Amino acid sequence: MKILVAKPGLDGHDRGAKVVVHALRDAGVEVVYSGLKRTPEEIVAEAVQEDVDVVGLSILSGAHLTLSRRVIDGLRAQGADEIRVVVGGTIPPRDVQALLAMGVDRVFPMGTSLPEIVAAFKEPR
Amino acid sequence: MRDVTLHAGIPVKPVYGPEDLAGRDVAHDVGRPGEYPYTRGIHKHMYRDRLWTMRQYIGFGTPEETNGRFKYLMAHGQDALNVAFDLPTQLGLDSDDPKAEGEVGRVGMAIDTLADMEAAFDGIPLDRVSVSLTINGMAAPITAMYYAVAEKQGAAADRVVTTPQNDILKEFVARGTWIYPVEPSLRLVGDLIEFSARHFPRSNPVSVCGYHIREAGCTTAQEMAYGLAIAAAYVEMMLARGMSVDEFAPRVSFNFTAWGKIFEEVAKFRAGRRLYARMLRERFGAQSPKSWMFRSLIGGGGSAFTMQEPENNIVRGAYIALAGALSGAQTMALPTYDEAYTIPSPKAQLIALRTMQICAEESGAADTVDPLAGSYYVEALTNEMEAKILEELAAVERMGGIVEGVKSGAIQAEVARQAYRFEQAMVSGGIPKVAVNCHVGERAAEADQEVELYAFDPKVSETQLAKLARVRRERDGAAVQAALARLSDEARGSANLMPPILEAVKAYATLGEMCQAMKRVFGEHKEPVRW
Repeated sequence: MKILVAKPGLDGHDRGAKVVVHALRDAGVEVVYSGLKRTPEEIVAEAVQEDVDVVGLSILSGAHLTLSRRVIDGLRAQGADEIRVVVGGTIPPRDVQALLAMGVDRVFPMGTSLPEIVAAFKEPR
Repeated sequence: MRDVTLHAGIPVKPVYGPEDLAGRDVAHDVGRPGEYPYTRGIHKHMYRDRLWTMRQYIGFGTPEETNGRFKYLMAHGQDALNVAFDLPTQLGLDSDDPKAEGEVGRVGMAIDTLADMEAAFDGIPLDRVSVSLTINGMAAPITAMYYAVAEKQGAAADRVVTTPQNDILKEFVARGTWIYPVEPSLRLVGDLIEFSARHFPRSNPVSVCGYHIREAGCTTAQEMAYGLAIAAAYVEMMLARGMSVDEFAPRVSFNFTAWGKIFEEVAKFRAGRRLYARMLRERFGAQSPKSWMFRSLIGGGGSAFTMQEPENNIVRGAYIALAGALSGAQTMALPTYDEAYTIPSPKAQLIALRTMQICAEESGAADTVDPLAGSYYVEALTNEMEAKILEELAAVERMGGIVEGVKSGAIQAEVARQAYRFEQAMVSGGIPKVAVNCHVGERAAEADQEVELYAFDPKVSETQLAKLARVRRERDGAAVQAALARLSDEARGSANLMPPILEAVKAYATLGEMCQAMKRVFGEHKEPVRW
């Protein structure tokens, strides 16, 4: 299982993403972290290049619908449909359904516990 | 008996007594408020003369909408402003930049040109209202816009009081609105400090922030240590530019949090004040007492607030206000109870403002200076915090200093390590959080979602783009191009960039155009990705 944790868009808050990366690493999962302010296109390219199983997007700016859509569309355009996309951050309840409908596999809104996130990543598809 | 250890790593005894202060001349160590080294507070009578300024963070959508919220809160007793800008603005992107898609007006108001700044402060007299601008990477152009609006209003330069945050070092560590590499970014910080010192003497052109680094996960002692190290780096930088320390140091300000345990926070600030005073006087040779004074906003860190049972956050806010008052804040701001969800609703903002007002008017915390002085616990803890802060400062030195630590990412790695430790303690319950890892009662998850929330208006982008297009049509394109060319030219040299930036601002150059004019000379920062 290999994971790319990524920060799409302009949001500069990486505490959550880095904590998840640490927790995944401690749980024995191979994890790559993109760094801040990556465009959806850069994230798609890195996901494909690193040959990951899952891309985890961390978004606290409120722009999660726009950015998730572009990552999903980008992965499809690259023929990389089998790469799952999960999203965490400040996601209001009404947007969870919209994200799932566009092809996001799981959503981890605020209040999700760290063990729950790690367990979800370790699950086989 | 359970163990108690503070965030700074200091163990807490169950009882403190005179033996904890034995062998110390507490009166001498602690001194008097308003006297060097200011352990008890930077002013003689503190809140008996003047209460802390209440300065809630405000901004969203269009400048016109934000102007409305400014006026709403001022009508309810908020006496000064702290402006939130959206991410495209903070990162030097115009609202129509492809990278701005989905982000216009989300976390603050959108500013593309001087026209937007004029709208934001319409009807707000800039010679009478003190305005903080939470802007860093783009502090120079945004503050230039602010100065241009003040000039248009006819405000005398020596009556303009603005505080651009302008603390780029903490951006590299904890907040992310950096644009250019470290050295040119520092040059811009210095240009704004120097320009303001010379032309807008009542402005505070830098607000050194331990706040965001704490929010990113560091400990209380690190928060103060990194803040002091950053302040020292800026002082050194200004001295290297040829200014004398007393020419600018009186206008250096700070921004810290107080959401942790009350007495730990109070001790942190008492220790921090005296470390700063000593640093400015002994290390940098400052002679003006104003240079020695640690003037700070003390506010709530939103990281303390929970999604679960959000109304509990109102109570947390009250404790933060109390900690801030007992710590001697000059200015105070609180996160709002809907912090975990989105930016504040008017109702949530008003509750935060009332929380500070109740603390000020009803709690008695403002009745006398540094009321905790002489407490066995607080005096012992102040000394222990000082020792911890010095340890953390030494750790920064081992990284090569704060600037080197930021360039290599060593500070970022340490902060991330501490964030992970903190989260592990939240998971284990080692750090209790009511309704999250203890006292988790039966409750309907839906109840948490019944919070009245600020609703983002998706039309903001459309409105902003229409205005931007109109400004571009109506301005003198040739004057803009000439100003931008001059800005790029000057960026290649070492002259202060505020004059050419002002020229471009007044010609209605866009923020994106000005940012780009400097980017082609400075390049872009490449983040040392460390976790």
